[in-house]
Order: sequence, then C-alpha cells, then structure tokens
Amino acid sequence: MPDTLAGLLQVGALIAALALCWRPLGDYIARSLTTDKDLKVERGIYRLVGVDARSEQRWTIYAASVLAFSAVGVVLLFVLQRVQEHLPLSLGFPGVEPGLAFNTAVSFVTNTNWQAYSGEATMGHLVQMGGLAVQNFVSAAVGLCVAVALIRGFVRSRTDVLGNFWVDLVRVVVRILLPLAAVGAVVLILTGVVQNFSGGVDASTLAGQHQTITGGPVASQEVIKELGTNGGGFYNANSAHPFENPNPFSNVFEIFLLMLIPVALTRTFGTLVGDRRQGLAVLGVMATLWGTLVLAVTALEVNHHGTALQAAGAAMEGKETRFGEWASALFAVSTTGTSTGAVNSFHSSYTGVGGGALIFNMGLGEVAPGGVGSGLYGMLVLAIMAVFIAGLMVGRTPEYLRKKITGREIKLVSLYILTMPLIVLIGTGIAMSFSSTRASMLSSGPHGLSEVLYGFMSAANNNGSAFGGLSANTNFYNTALAIAMLLGRFIPIVLVLALAGSFGRQQKVPETPGTLPTHGPLFVVMLTGVTVIVAGLTFFPVLALGPLAEGL
Amino acid sequence: MTTLTHEPAPTPEPSAPPTRVGGGLLDPKMLWTSLPDAARKLDPRTMVRNPVMFVVEIGAVFSTLSAIFDPGVFAWTVVAWLWLTVLFANLAEAVAEGRGKAQAATLRKAKTETTAQRVVGGAASGGTEEVMASELRLGDQVIVVAGQVIPGDGDVIEGVASVDESAITGESAPVIRESGGDRSSVTGGTRVLSDRIVVQITAKPGESFIDRMIALVEGATRQKTPNEIALNILLASLTIVFVATTATLQPFAIYSGAEQSIIVLVALLVCLIPTTIGALLSAIGIAGMDRLVQHNVLAMSGRAVEAAGDVNTLLLDKTGTITLGNRQASELIPAPGVEGERLADAAQLSSLADETPEGRSIVVLTKNVHGLRERTEGELARATFVPFTAQTRMSGIDLDGRQVRKGAASAVMAWVRENGGHPTAEVGTAVDAVSASGGTPLVVAEVIDGSAHTLGVIHLKDVVKDGMRERFAEMRRMGIRTVMITGDNPMTAKAIAEEAGVDDFLAEATPEDKIALIKKEQEGGRLVAMTGDGTNDAPALAQADVGVAMNSGTSAAKEAGNMVDLDSNPTKLIEIVEIGKQLLITRGSLTTFSIANDVAKYFAIIPAMFATVYPGLDKLNIMGLDSPKSAILSAVIFNAVIIIGLIPLALRGVRYTPSSAATMLRRNLAIYGLGGIVAPFIGIKLIDLLVSQIPGLS
Repeated sequence: MPDTLAGLLQVGALIAALALCWRPLGDYIARSLTTDKDLKVERGIYRLVGVDARSEQRWTIYAASVLAFSAVGVVLLFVLQRVQEHLPLSLGFPGVEPGLAFNTAVSFVTNTNWQAYSGEATMGHLVQMGGLAVQNFVSAAVGLCVAVALIRGFVRSRTDVLGNFWVDLVRVVVRILLPLAAVGAVVLILTGVVQNFSGGVDASTLAGQHQTITGGPVASQEVIKELGTNGGGFYNANSAHPFENPNPFSNVFEIFLLMLIPVALTRTFGTLVGDRRQGLAVLGVMATLWGTLVLAVTALEVNHHGTALQAAGAAMEGKETRFGEWASALFAVSTTGTSTGAVNSFHSSYTGVGGGALIFNMGLGEVAPGGVGSGLYGMLVLAIMAVFIAGLMVGRTPEYLRKKITGREIKLVSLYILTMPLIVLIGTGIAMSFSSTRASMLSSGPHGLSEVLYGFMSAANNNGSAFGGLSANTNFYNTALAIAMLLGRFIPIVLVLALAGSFGRQQKVPETPGTLPTHGPLFVVMLTGVTVIVAGLTFFPVLALGPLAEGL
Repeated sequence: MTTLTHEPAPTPEPSAPPTRVGGGLLDPKMLWTSLPDAARKLDPRTMVRNPVMFVVEIGAVFSTLSAIFDPGVFAWTVVAWLWLTVLFANLAEAVAEGRGKAQAATLRKAKTETTAQRVVGGAASGGTEEVMASELRLGDQVIVVAGQVIPGDGDVIEGVASVDESAITGESAPVIRESGGDRSSVTGGTRVLSDRIVVQITAKPGESFIDRMIALVEGATRQKTPNEIALNILLASLTIVFVATTATLQPFAIYSGAEQSIIVLVALLVCLIPTTIGALLSAIGIAGMDRLVQHNVLAMSGRAVEAAGDVNTLLLDKTGTITLGNRQASELIPAPGVEGERLADAAQLSSLADETPEGRSIVVLTKNVHGLRERTEGELARATFVPFTAQTRMSGIDLDGRQVRKGAASAVMAWVRENGGHPTAEVGTAVDAVSASGGTPLVVAEVIDGSAHTLGVIHLKDVVKDGMRERFAEMRRMGIRTVMITGDNPMTAKAIAEEAGVDDFLAEATPEDKIALIKKEQEGGRLVAMTGDGTNDAPALAQADVGVAMNSGTSAAKEAGNMVDLDSNPTKLIEIVEIGKQLLITRGSLTTFSIANDVAKYFAIIPAMFATVYPGLDKLNIMGLDSPKSAILSAVIFNAVIIIGLIPLALRGVRYTPSSAATMLRRNLAIYGLGGIVAPFIGIKLIDLLVSQIPGLS
C-alpha cells in the first residue's frame, strides 16, 4: 500500500473512532460526575478515608485538597524509589539517586512523565506498578477534577462551593479511568503488547553479543500511559519499543487512547453547561489546531529537502520503519498536543521546521486537545480571554457562558496566560546562559537551542516528551525541570480553581441577541486565532533562533 | 396658584428620525496646542499610571543612554522615535482633555461670584441679609428676583419664575421653574428672567452642579471604569510577557553569535507591547464622557456610562417618551342615524371654550377632516360657554334652546339620562369599542327643546412619536428589552404598547411598582436603565443601574440618578445606551488592532536581527525591507505614527450601528482584526521606502 493511502486511512480511522466515542463517553463522564448515587466500592473508600461524600468544598479548600493530595504523592513516590532495593520485585536495581528520584516523583505527580532515566534499567516492577502507574491514574484524575470544578463554576450561581475533590477524584478513577484502562489493556495485549512479570530474558544478538530483554507488566502500564495523557514509558524507547507498540494497529490505537478523554471532555463540557454547541465550538478549535499541525508536520516530513534524506527517499532518521512518516507525524502531533509525551519516533530527528511545529504545539499551552482535564481548562481560559477582547468589540461587558468577565477574572486569566511562557523563557534563558548547563546539549548551533527549549517547554506544559539529545540527568536539569513541572502544573490549577470560585459566586446574566455568541464558526476562527497569536507572539523569537534558523 | 393650569406643558418636540451617535471631530490645530501639556505628562510620576507607556519611557531612557555612549544615525533616529512614541501617547490624552477644558472654561464664566439675599428668621418674617454666594449653607433660603443670578443649586419653595438656563444647557429659550411639582429645581449660575422665587439651597458650595460639571468635563475626577481596569490588567500582563520574551532573547542571541544592542532590543520590545491601545485608552474614555456632554448629558461617573452599554432593560415613561405629551382626537364616530357633519359641528361648538390640548385637537380634527371653519367665541351671539371643571368633567355651550356638551363618557351619558335620553342604546357600543382599543372615548350630546340624545363619540388617543417603533425594533436586535411605564389602565396600556412596539408594559404603575420591577429585573441579572424627574421617581432612579434624571426635575431626582439630561428629553436614554456601547467597542477594536499589528512587526524585526548569522531567516523578510537598520526603524516609526493616526478614531469612536452581537463582531473582527494584521505590512513597507533614503542607515 502506498504510504500516503496508508497514512490517510490511519488518520481517517482515528477520527472515525474518536467521533464514535465522543458522544457516549462525553455523556457518561458528565453523568458520572453529577450523579447523587455512590457505588458500593466508592462508599467503602469514603468511609476508609473519612470523607463525607455529600459535603462540598469552597474553591480554596478544593485547591488545598488538590495540593495536599499531590504533595503526599510526591513524597510517597520519592520514598518508594529511594528504598526500592529493599522491596520485592526490584529486579536487583538499587535505590534511585535523590535528584533523579525527586525529578521523577514530581514528573509523575504533575502528569508530565518526563523521564531523565531509562525505565527498564532503573525501576523495578513494584515502583513501576505501585508508584508510577498509580500516579498515572490519579494525576490524570486530578486534571479532570479541576476541569469539572471550573465547569461547575460556570453552571452554578451565587454559591461558594464547587463540589468535593475527594469524591470527584474517586469517581474519575473508579468510574472512568479504571474501566477504560481495563478494556484498553486487553486490546493492547491482543495487538501484541507484553504483559508479564518476567525479570528479563537473555538473548544473543546477530553480532554475537549478549543482552537482557526486560519483560514486565507493560500493557497495563501502557494503556494508562496513553489514556491518562501521561507518557512515561515502561522502556526508555517509549512507544518506539516493539514491546510497547508492536505494529501499526497498536500505534493507531495508542493515539486513539491518548486523544480519547481530552476530546470526549468537550462533549462533557457542552452537556454540563446545558448548551452542546459550546462543547462543539471548543472541539472545533482543538480539531482545527490539531488537524492543521498534523497536515503541516506530515507535509514537512514527507517533503524534506536535505540531500541525504532525498537520497534515502524519506526523513526516516529517528523514526520506526514499521510506522513510517505518516504514522510518526500523527503520533508526534497528537502526543505534543495532548501533553502526553509518549513518543514513537525521535522528535529531535524531525526536520528543523517540523520539530519547531512540535515545540509550538506545546507552546499553545497544551490545548490541541490537551491533557486529561488540563486541555479543557486551558482552552476555556483562552476562550475567556478571546471573549473579553471580542466582547468589548460588541459593546458590552464581556460574558462567557452567562458569566461576566470582570477585572477579577481577567486578573486570574492573565496570570494563567503568563505562567507557562515565563517558566519556559526564563528556564531556557538561564540554561543557555552558562557553559556548564550548555554542556548537556548534544548538538551545537540552533539544534542545541531547540533541545533545551523543548525540554523546558515539555516540563512547563507537563508534556514529558523529550526532544532527544539533551543529557537531562544532571543536578541542574533534574532540579530546574522539576521546578518547571511543579509551577507549570499547580499555579495554573490554583488559578483555574480561583476562577471557578469567582464565576460560581456570580449570578448568571440573561442571554440576549446582544450577547456575543460563543458557538459557531466565527467564534471558532476567533478563538483559534487568539490561541495561535498569543503563543506565536510569545515564542516566535526563540523559535526563530532554534528550529527556524535550522530549517529555513 | 391653581392646580389646573392650562398653559402648555413643556412638550418635548416630536423626536426626529433616529439619529446615529455622532462625535466631535478632531481639530488638527489641537494637536499643536496640546503639545505643551503632552510634554508635561512625560513626568514619570504621571506616566506610571499607564504601565504600557511607562515601559516605553523606561526603554527610551535606556536607549538614550546607550546612544550617548555609542552614537550613530541609526541609534539617535530610533531614540528620537521612541520618545515621540511616548509623546504621541500623551498627546492623545492631552487633546482629549483639551476639548473638555474648553467646555470647562465656558462653564466657569457662569460661576462668577454673586451675592445672595438670604432670608433671616423664616420666609414669613420677610427679613433678608446680603451674603456672598460662597457663604450659603445647606438649607439656607434665598430670594431671587428678575434679573438676578441664582446663587446656588436648590429647590424653588415659593413662587414661579422663568429662568434662563443657557449657561449650562446651551438652550436659549427660558424655562419655567415653580414651587411644588416636578419642575422645582434650579441650578446655581442660571438667571431669573421674570418674577420672584424663594429658593432653598440643596448643595454645599464647591459641590454644586456646575462644580461637578466642570470637574467632569475636565476629567479631573475621572476614575477608571471596571472594564477599563480589566483591560489594563490584560495589557499589563501582555507587556510582562513581551518584556520576558525580549529580555530572554539576549542569551539566545549571544549563544547564536548575534548579540543585540540595547537599542534594538528596546525597539523590539516597544513594537511588541500593545502601545497603540495603551496610548489611546485614556483618550477613548475621556472622549466617551465628552460625547455624552455634547449630547447635553452629564454622567456622574464613567461607571454609569459603561453600565449604559450593558443595559438589558429600558424602562420608558409612556408620556413624553413614547407618545407625544397629550392625547389627541383621532376620529369622530357618529351615533346611529346622526350625520357626520352634525356630530362634527357639535363637537367643535362644545370644544371652542376648551383650551386643553385635547380640546384644541378636536377643533383641529373637525377643521382638517370635516372642513369646518374655526369659529371664534365672539362669532356666536348669545352663546354661553360652559367651561370644563373637574366636577362636571364636561365642557360645552348653551345656545338658544340648545345645549351641547362634550366630555368624559360616563359624565355626559349621565347628563343625557338626567334629561330623559337613552345614551347607552345610542353610543354604548362605540364607547366600549374605543376603550377596548386603548383610546379615551368622549361623548358628544345635546339637548334640544327638552329632548336629549347623544350625537356620537370622539376617539381620543395617545399618539406614538414617529420612528419609535423602528427604534424599539433596533433595541430588540441589540438585545435590549423595552418596558413602557404608564399610569393608564392595563387595556389602554396594552394598546399603546402594541402600537409602539415595546416588549412589555407596566400599567397603573406606582413608584413602588417601578422599584419592584427594577429589582425583579436585576435579580435576573439584568441591568436596568430608566428616566425620571419627580421626587417620587428618586428611589427608582437610585435603584436602577442607569438612572437618567431630567434637568427640569426635582433636585431629589437629580441627586438619585447617575446621569442628568440637560435637555430633559427622556428619549435620549436610547442615545446614552448607544454611546456606552460605542465606548466599549472602540476600546475592544483598538485592542484587537494593537495586538494584530505585532505579527507584521516580527516579520520586520526578527530577520533584521538575525539574518546575518542565519541567512535562512531572511526568508521571513517577506516585505523585502531594505536593510536591517531600516527595517527596525520602519517598525518603530510605524508604531509611533499609528498612534497619531488613530487619535481621531479614538476621539470620535468606532462607527456604531445597532445590530446583533454576531453581526457587529464579524464586522469589527474583519476591520480591526484582519485589518490590524495587514495594515502594518503595508505601512512598514512604505516607511521603509522613505527611511532607506536616509544616508548612514544602509
């Protein structure tokens, strides 16, 4: 089959599958988070941790709960890594170094899954399953909880409370993530992904050398890695590893998994705010951004103009031959657009501009379609900003979803929009200023700058993928990137919850023909434009010196 | 004074066809005369209030220092244009304020120090003393006679006088001010033309109406409005992002082997931060207030002007706003068997002595429709006129053996019955029909030779002003609901509401009903605007989000509202809403324009900065600018010049036609969004063509 046809079929199948699940899954999530009934297992959990499932929290308490839960997560995961040699299933690996353990703990709790280590050579099965995989579930759930709290802020009026974080968390894990993961894992196993407790198989290579091939509970980890937009691979090679991602079918299925919840959440949003068109508009913006980038990156990879690449017939360096350019580009755009950070090809090897497009995709703020929950709240924050400017243009105090956008809301939105660019620019700026930190770069020239920029962009946006090339397991990078991940995750979360609290206290304003319509093509175009221009203006200079200088 | 005055009420002139919000034009001379003020505003203590332009000023200072140590044609030209950018921003504000100052100067003339005749020992004692107007205190009573200037704001508590208020309204025709009722308030600085009144002072010196007006038009008390504050926050945060972008660019540039000079970095920063809107923001606000003043409306706060743009519900008094002040005869309905001519004749006869507007309209109708010549009272010999009284509720004429009466249906019908007639059988149906249609039926009857019978019914109806229906339809498209307030019964109110095309009505409205209605609307999240003039309107005016008091009204009403209409024209509420909207639209459009501009500036500056080390980046120089230096300079010049270019728009306001939000968004997004992206590409290219001719820049 020609590459183009195969590529188009894969994109088509992916879109069709997502479209099919959009409505039922979106509505199911909405129901799960609004119902009054608790499952038996949920009641058990509430009793165990002493939560009154019917009591609701103000935004401050909700935020404090998120922060406390995440802080405990970091500490537990840090300790687990440090003492793994004394625990079962360690496969004989020693305790992880403190700097790396801290970086990894932060990375998994913030839903980033930046890996400064190689999984099969550092972590035993217990840490992978009991530590990393657990955070893969709950860190994704936290994102969804925050998004739901924001939606409640829009839906409710004149109230201080936004729901109960512990109830939301338990429901997301029990009702949404676990069942989906169970089904997904079975499908992955059927496609050939490994699932066992093997400590490793010795094998001889053709060249006569010995190597140990580690097995393990890969499929169960792989499924939540994608579904929870986590991205931390069992193996260092991540989804390029044949045990994680054996064939084109598993490849498309993994892309489907990582897009599934972020895409379906737009339906949940529309359903919960009582106007499905609002959800469609948000989906429209996400789809436009994603689709454009898929087209652009694919075109750039297929129509490269390097001499060596021309001779080889394709820009296949760093890409798996079993996937090819189309499936690699599709995976790359989807993973950078969802804050997943799983990779099936090495982004460092993309053409200059193609790699730049992937960096830019993250620079949009992870909204195309973004991580579980975080994509939706990120897009809603951008929507508020777009509505503010556009709302003035129709001659009214701007409103979104029948809530007024006043100075207080704009303050929170502005801080949100400031946070990520400041972390990225300042972090990259510091890293590029000292020869000691520049030493981690593999390449010199613009490509070196791209490596560092990609690292901070990935961390601050909680994406977790790496460009490749950068030796990030140094004290500086382990610490700096951990700080970037923490700030990039929790400052926006607190701001979004404050925003939810602020909207929740407001009363709703009536909708009239004088109200700016926030659905329909015009709004989609405007919101897309605002998203691209805000990110573009912020990152254009540094992109010009990195990827553009390399690619043009 | 009797209460039943028949002098014509101050009928607001029939409304002209809907006029668009216009605005003052910019006199180019003002740019020149405002320069000194603009230069004074360069003081950092003043600049710091405008964060965006303050950053530009700091940048200009650094560039100047850099140019001193490392001079050159390019450096000094950029420095000059950076300072010009700041100066232009100040100029925009100074021009806007300058227009207000001119108005304030006129008002100050009205504020010349006068003396007052203060009443001592109560009005009855008649004793007065002469004091300076500035010594008057709240509650003092002063006597003002013809030719004197009223020394302070207050209410007339005794007497009636005609007053020349041209000093504040610009309207030369005198107005009547009288004690009691809704026309009792007088303004300090206006002149009594006739008679003598006693005024009770209601404002402290220095806080009078004229003082507040002067402060307002000068912009001295201008406080930022909620939307302006929100916009400022957004602009400040965009500025922070661009400061970070520019500051972190230097390490990347050094790494790339293309270290940049301070001047170039400042030039990039100034081009990126939203200087266009930052420079024009306060001018837009001042000009908005100014536009209101040009419409003879005084807003007590900018907040009220903004709220006007947000209004969801307009409460409009029926009389004077929706309908002409008085009911008019529109039709004569003869009783069965009576000829139209005969009814018309009787109607005219009975109305000759009736000087009420209704009575006059009957005479006019009989003349216009039935061709009856107007007769004067003297023409009819031996006739006795029976004037209208509140007790009889009829008027008429007694001729030889013939009595003709016209009046309220029940009164006239009772009169016919007394004289042995059967009015119900003759005109009952017609009376009911007129009532049902919302009109007021007057019955005409006569007694000839002892036998009484009715001749027919005169249909009096409220006449809706021209063009109101269209305006209400416009309001509806803008998402504004109009509610008519009237003391009429529900049936009449409904008929007029339907004819005028308002969305809802409140009949038999009491002041309490009004407040209840406002509160109910506000509970639903709606903003309510209303007009009022009477003291009993005051609580509702205070409760409404936008309360426009008529200048002719009582001081209680003026105190309660947050705007005063000097023309006392309640229809103006609609224009006030439009001005409020226009203010917000202008801000939003220029913000969009300002941000969209940045795209082109990147395409000018980034290749200029880095194409030397990375030749591939020259592909981004899609404008084909001459040299790196000319490119950067052109972007800076465009950035400065666009401020001057947009001052007229900021002062005039973006063109506004009432339409739905979607239509307006599409239009403004196309002009200011798309236009904002394209315009600088052209502008920068043109400037570059000129700049590249400067020696020493290539």
